[in-house]
Amino acid sequence: MRELTCIICPIGCSLTVQFKNGCFQSVTGNRCPKGAQYAEDECTHPKRTVTTTVRTENGRVLSVKTDVPIPKEHIFDCMKMINGVKCSLPITVGDVIIENVFGSRVVATQNMQKQGGGQHE
Amino acid sequence: MKELVIIGGGPAGLAAAIAAYENGVRDILILERDKALGGILRQCIHNGFGLHTFGKELTGPEYAWEYIQKVEELGIEYKLNTMVLEVTESKEIVATNEQDGIFMLQAKAVILAMGCRERPRGALSIAGERPAGIYSAGTAQKLVNMMGYLPGREVVILGSGDIGLIMARRMTLEGAKVHAVCELMPYSGGLARNIEQCLNDFDIPLYLSHTVVQINGRERVEGVTVAEVDEARRPIAGTERYFPCDTLLLAVGLIPENELSKTAGVQLDKVTGGAVVDEKRQTNIAGIFACGNVLHVHDLVDYVSDEGAIAGKNAAEYIQNGLKQDMLVELSPGAGVRYTVPQVISKREDVTVYFRVQDVLRNACVQVYHGEEVIYTKKRTKVAPGEMESIVLRKDLLPDSGKLTLKLEVLL
Amino acid sequence: MFDVAIIGAGVVGGMIARELSRYQLSVCILDKENDVSMGASRANSAIVHAGFDAKEGSLKARFNVKGATMMPTVCEELGVPYINNGSLVIGFNDEDRKNLNTLLKRGKANGVKELRIVEREELKKMEPNVSNDAICALYAPTGAITCPYELTVAAIGNAMDNGAKLYLNFEVSEIRKTDFGFKIFSKDNAIESRFVVNAAGVYADNIAGMVGDSSFAIHPRRGEYILLDKECGSIVSHTIFRTPSQKGKGILVSPTVDGNLLTGPTAEDIEDKEDRQVTSSGYNSVLRQAQEDVQGIVFQRTITSFCGLRAVGNTGDFIINVPVSGFVNVAGIESPGLSASPAIAEYVAELLQNEGLTLKENHDFNPVRKPFNAFRRASLEEKNAMIQKDKAYGKIVCRCERVTEGEILEALRTNPKARDLDGVKRRTRAQMGRCQGGFCMPYIAEMIAKEQGIPFEQVTKRGGRSYVTVGKTKEDAE
Repeated sequence: MRELTCIICPIGCSLTVQFKNGCFQSVTGNRCPKGAQYAEDECTHPKRTVTTTVRTENGRVLSVKTDVPIPKEHIFDCMKMINGVKCSLPITVGDVIIENVFGSRVVATQNMQKQGGGQHE
Repeated sequence: MKELVIIGGGPAGLAAAIAAYENGVRDILILERDKALGGILRQCIHNGFGLHTFGKELTGPEYAWEYIQKVEELGIEYKLNTMVLEVTESKEIVATNEQDGIFMLQAKAVILAMGCRERPRGALSIAGERPAGIYSAGTAQKLVNMMGYLPGREVVILGSGDIGLIMARRMTLEGAKVHAVCELMPYSGGLARNIEQCLNDFDIPLYLSHTVVQINGRERVEGVTVAEVDEARRPIAGTERYFPCDTLLLAVGLIPENELSKTAGVQLDKVTGGAVVDEKRQTNIAGIFACGNVLHVHDLVDYVSDEGAIAGKNAAEYIQNGLKQDMLVELSPGAGVRYTVPQVISKREDVTVYFRVQDVLRNACVQVYHGEEVIYTKKRTKVAPGEMESIVLRKDLLPDSGKLTLKLEVLL
Repeated sequence: MFDVAIIGAGVVGGMIARELSRYQLSVCILDKENDVSMGASRANSAIVHAGFDAKEGSLKARFNVKGATMMPTVCEELGVPYINNGSLVIGFNDEDRKNLNTLLKRGKANGVKELRIVEREELKKMEPNVSNDAICALYAPTGAITCPYELTVAAIGNAMDNGAKLYLNFEVSEIRKTDFGFKIFSKDNAIESRFVVNAAGVYADNIAGMVGDSSFAIHPRRGEYILLDKECGSIVSHTIFRTPSQKGKGILVSPTVDGNLLTGPTAEDIEDKEDRQVTSSGYNSVLRQAQEDVQGIVFQRTITSFCGLRAVGNTGDFIINVPVSGFVNVAGIESPGLSASPAIAEYVAELLQNEGLTLKENHDFNPVRKPFNAFRRASLEEKNAMIQKDKAYGKIVCRCERVTEGEILEALRTNPKARDLDGVKRRTRAQMGRCQGGFCMPYIAEMIAKEQGIPFEQVTKRGGRSYVTVGKTKEDAE
């Protein structure tokens, strides 16, 4: 048995997972199917979305995220890859900054002009 | 003369502007003090926003962008880098910016959406010197996420509200070591999922019923002394523990920023720190509305947007037809409840009442009393002060007069 | 080679520098800190005392009364706020009444004007929130409040505008007598001067020791204060003291010139000359006493608590003398030092003249400081004219105190230039309001970096190693 807190939504359900022969068997406490999926993932191959910033060519930082969750054990490797990059400008929300980072794409979550001070940065 | 002036271009103000437009108002102006729309969302680069509103997980800037695009699309006017200095009871607004200087505007209706600010260290009176390296969590968030600077490398965080938790993870990702998150109360003020993914994921210890009693260092923070507190939240002698660190982040609460509301004569609720409003989010002054964190501090931006939309829709109604302020019934917090919003309701429509509880309780029962009579009951398996609760009161349940009380009872 | 070197850029050193810049002299001010006004002048009660406290015939009495009468003009010339709010020393019992009568007599002997005892009824009319247990008070209509660090900054700025030089981060490590006067060393610099004024505050005894004078000792006296939100500023209009007794002088409750409420200080004699810790016992003691004196202070509205170190000499009076030819001690300038400072400055000029310094009038001397912080006090029309000329005045940086970008740039560009965050704070009030810089600090730090041409990560809170950040994130980005 293992107790988990679901991180899928702000409700944060307390989940109880049952194992059989060391393998995931069932979950209780979830209020939705996403919670069940989370519990199974968390017990087999936990994943997290990484949100951070990346340096841009003008020295400022731009907010980015992995577009899908990546294996939890690779969070710091993912940070290392993002930190090694300097992205060119301009950038719009959704632009891909790095193509393949542990199965995800790192995408921009904000807009940035070449010169600072754009309207919706 | 403007029909509607919205003070603040964060999530509340943006949602209010869009709702007012959609309800027929065209002459709208948003006044935003920062250089861009979006408010505090601009620095909240983590995800978890928008599940309720958009059915998907967005980061703060993405969530804001959804609304900003809409505002642009509708051609709603806004002024950036514009600070409102005064609002009067007659809805005159004095503001300043680089282009217009100090200027005056008359509005038919005003929506207050100024947001909130963090409680600073001064309010805590922690003993010690006054070195560099003590920041409110939001200031650190701005330094890291928007400016690209690391406030420090060895960190202790006081306060386990969501901003404290989020910054614990953020500092860790950027290479800092977070030694402890201390929480004065016996429970965290943050969401359970943030404890999981911001602390547990990174093995950051959370010390409940602990506080910082001493700050060491003269030029820059060199360490802090943490102690356990008793039930009256007083430090217990002999439990002191010293953490060497160069940074102390404070996440010790948010205060609605109501200085302008006061100049207008808006009546404030002592508990929320925000205006007293009816279900339309109208304050005691006809035509002045309030929404978002300036009204009461929310946990989730989605609810801020909802509230902005309510204020925007009703401001439109006020501008076009005037709002009737009759059949009002007072709603006050009773046992176990800290506050409710709205504090005044009418019988015109079903009302969603938001409230916060005083303590963590299991198997509690939410009850609404009209005098001795219980007019509403709902069970909750768990409630916590850190998580805003809501109930819907159907209009046919509501009385025509008298007072309502919202109480919490523990089921045995 | 300077004519006069002044060690210590506090209010006393500043006033002396300004006084000497009236004459054709080359003057410099040395200070170990990154800014002026970093010692007792930074954190004190901000009171211009009427002058009934000090014993008849003491230097304290003499310079207090004279300095207080000079203060309105000095503040006017320097553009520093001065509010003649009057002071009340309240008494709770017959013993207090006896002591108040002694103070009344002493004040009259010292030459304090309009002093009188007011009875309970009149007292309550003057100050409705004063304790119901107060039976009478000594009323000094000439008592006033000012801003000690603004006054210090302005005095030194005015001296600099009139030719004086300021050396910061100059911690005097050695003073050598030379054929022409003195050579003063810091760890990485040295200057020469014919005369030296020792106005080094809590370190004045150490400095005197460098020329072989060990005739006095200074110890620091800690004083903790609580500063409250402007919402509390009008709970009293006069400065409220309690009657001094065997137990000590007690604390005061006073409005500040900026409209906040100030209460404190504690009094604790210590050894460490840099110990400015605030303590919970100090906080509670100030809170308790303030609540005894004045009703209804909402301490939840505390903005900050802070601690100042007063330089207390071992003689019971100011120590102003010439231990070595050409070297003047101005030491032990504890309360009422702020009030006395302009009068002390005049006296020090006389002492230097007696030592052989020629005081020839400087015809270019301008006693009026260049307008600074004019925006804050301007009318709406004037403000708009200023914004039109320089749009930076249209942009608010500090929301709580409503300080504009233009005013912060002024502070970074006007003598003595602010070099760190606290320097900007003392000059403009930016970061001094309810949020204590939570919103504007990063922006001000950016302005400092840009103005001084230094990387952001070298910006400090108050010099030394008080860095705001430890570096950039993702330093390995290519």
